[in-house]
Amino acid sequence: MTLTAKDVAEITRLLEESNFDELYLELDGLKLSLRRGTAGAAQPLGNGDGSASAAQSPGAGSMVPGAAPTASFSPAVSAPAVGAARPVGPAAAPGPAAAPGPSASAGTASARLAGAPAAAPAPVPPAADDPNNVPVSAPLLGTFYRAPKPGAPPFVEIGSQVEEDTIIGIIEVMKLMNTVRAGVRGKVTQILCRDGALVEYGETLMRVGKPG
Amino acid sequence: MDIRRILVANRGEIAARIIRTCRKLGIETVLAASEADLDSIPARLADRTVCIGPSRPSESYLRVETIVQAALGVRADAIHPGYGFLSERAALARLCEQQSVIFIGPTAAQIDAVGDKLRARSEAQAANVAVVPGGAVESGEAALSLARQIGTPILVKAVGGGGGRGMKLVDHLENLPHAIELAAAEAGAAFGDARVYLERFVTRGRHVEVQVLGDGHGGVIHLGERDCSVQRRYQKLLEESPAPGLADEFRQQLHEAAVRFAKRLAYRGAGTVEFLVDTHTDQFYFLEMNARIQVEHPVTEALTGVDLVAEQIAIASGAGIRLTQSDIRAQGWAMECRINAEDPGRDFQPSPGVVRAVTWPAGPGIRVDTHIAAGSRVPPFYDSLLAKLIAYGPTRAQALQRLQEAVAASRVEGVRTNLAFHAAVLKDPEFQAGAVDTGFLARLLERSPLQMETGIHG
Repeated sequence: MTLTAKDVAEITRLLEESNFDELYLELDGLKLSLRRGTAGAAQPLGNGDGSASAAQSPGAGSMVPGAAPTASFSPAVSAPAVGAARPVGPAAAPGPAAAPGPSASAGTASARLAGAPAAAPAPVPPAADDPNNVPVSAPLLGTFYRAPKPGAPPFVEIGSQVEEDTIIGIIEVMKLMNTVRAGVRGKVTQILCRDGALVEYGETLMRVGKPG
Repeated sequence: MDIRRILVANRGEIAARIIRTCRKLGIETVLAASEADLDSIPARLADRTVCIGPSRPSESYLRVETIVQAALGVRADAIHPGYGFLSERAALARLCEQQSVIFIGPTAAQIDAVGDKLRARSEAQAANVAVVPGGAVESGEAALSLARQIGTPILVKAVGGGGGRGMKLVDHLENLPHAIELAAAEAGAAFGDARVYLERFVTRGRHVEVQVLGDGHGGVIHLGERDCSVQRRYQKLLEESPAPGLADEFRQQLHEAAVRFAKRLAYRGAGTVEFLVDTHTDQFYFLEMNARIQVEHPVTEALTGVDLVAEQIAIASGAGIRLTQSDIRAQGWAMECRINAEDPGRDFQPSPGVVRAVTWPAGPGIRVDTHIAAGSRVPPFYDSLLAKLIAYGPTRAQALQRLQEAVAASRVEGVRTNLAFHAAVLKDPEFQAGAVDTGFLARLLERSPLQMETGIHG
């Protein structure tokens, strides 16, 4: 399945003309997430689940280059995101400039592929290797939820103050809900996983900046 | 249903082997790997790898819910369980059935039917397939009277499993109660099922098994037999096909018995029916059915040219068996050595570590199924199989010679292996003559313990 730049532009136009704020499209393993939005709203996605899981799982990262089947994988959850993003490259490329940055005007839908590293967010998060910026990783594989139930406010947002035992999300494994706790005291600096995404064991869900 | 993406819920050489066939078929693969296997060769071969948990199998490869969740999460159409781990756990097949994920294997009910060895015995009898004289242990009293009927020596076996665990040999009836107690405790710990049963011990027996494919609706074909009599403590080390020295009629009876058994279950997928061949009486008895792909399946593939994993996938997708019995023509001879990271010099202790350098053989008639290259880690958490060397030739002598050359050309540095041990087995006159029984290896080890060098290089 491929989407041309024209397709994405057309979908973007449709969203703009609609009454909806978000459009989430899945086509044959390809995920397109459109959000009429502000920089803040776009930020969690912009950090890229793809880049996070690539760092966590060297196996996935070292896959055979150019292996054809990878192109149809869901880009939202794994390293092959880069390959999957390729078909819409021309459309996605302008994304970072137009979308998450402060210059994005309200009401303009920003189009980009979930997980495409090209769509890095404008706010500069603390460096990943900063020892005071602690990763909170997934204790098991499952579906990650940021809120206790659909529609409810998320457990934490960027900037939220957390204690060791603060619940930061839920990981569901075959209907069994496992709460995930921060395990560290500080302020949430980054949220790396999208609500409803598959997270792998050990995958970094968030980062928490330790005080001082 | 079309299978376009498969979650491979296994590791090691079988994961690599499954992925290769999937690639050939244009099917995407997602490897479900533990933390220890994220940079393994299967992880590199797979289109994608998801980390399912920590290294310990109980926290990763043995987690039914996690595996199915992973399959759903990556939108895999099917799960291939390989062998070992969850391959014969009805719970996985059942959860797949509930979640509409295709389980590449038999139905949960079929796994239950053959997993319970007593039930499998009665299914065999119903299919008019002979079983070793024996039966269930109901009480101490009843066991003793059954044992008197069977006569010694007697094997006490676990209803819930195999692999030698929960198995005790009894030579004198007065030892029976104690042996039953021990076997039940061992079986309870290993399989969560303390039930045991009795079988007469066949002193000189060969282990011959028949490969079958079933369509799940009563259609069953066989792909010939394999002789797996070269065993150490019930662990197979070397397999070959055909089984040497069997009369054609006997061989045909074995095949037909296996097909009858699988038909009775309306078996679905690839499976193996194991028989014990009594070399004194020239009779064969049903032992058990393995409801999965076997380690030694390449031997059959070499002889028939059939890709068994491809057939498993085809059957799982609903395409049925794409071959008829007359399409199966076994030609030539094939033999397989299991190269393990273990130290024959120290009672075959596992030898985990990092493989510094490795050379695998190549050449006409040689196949190597492995997940080991220079730099590969052999983690201590899993079984120690490094590679399978398979040699094919028009005759047994030629296959044997090719396998000897293949073993000689193999080098593994960094971990100890049983390569030298295999070389010793292959040059042993009794093995070369063919048709050894399951006691052969123990006798060889007793006879020439010094031959078993450690097999370490560098």
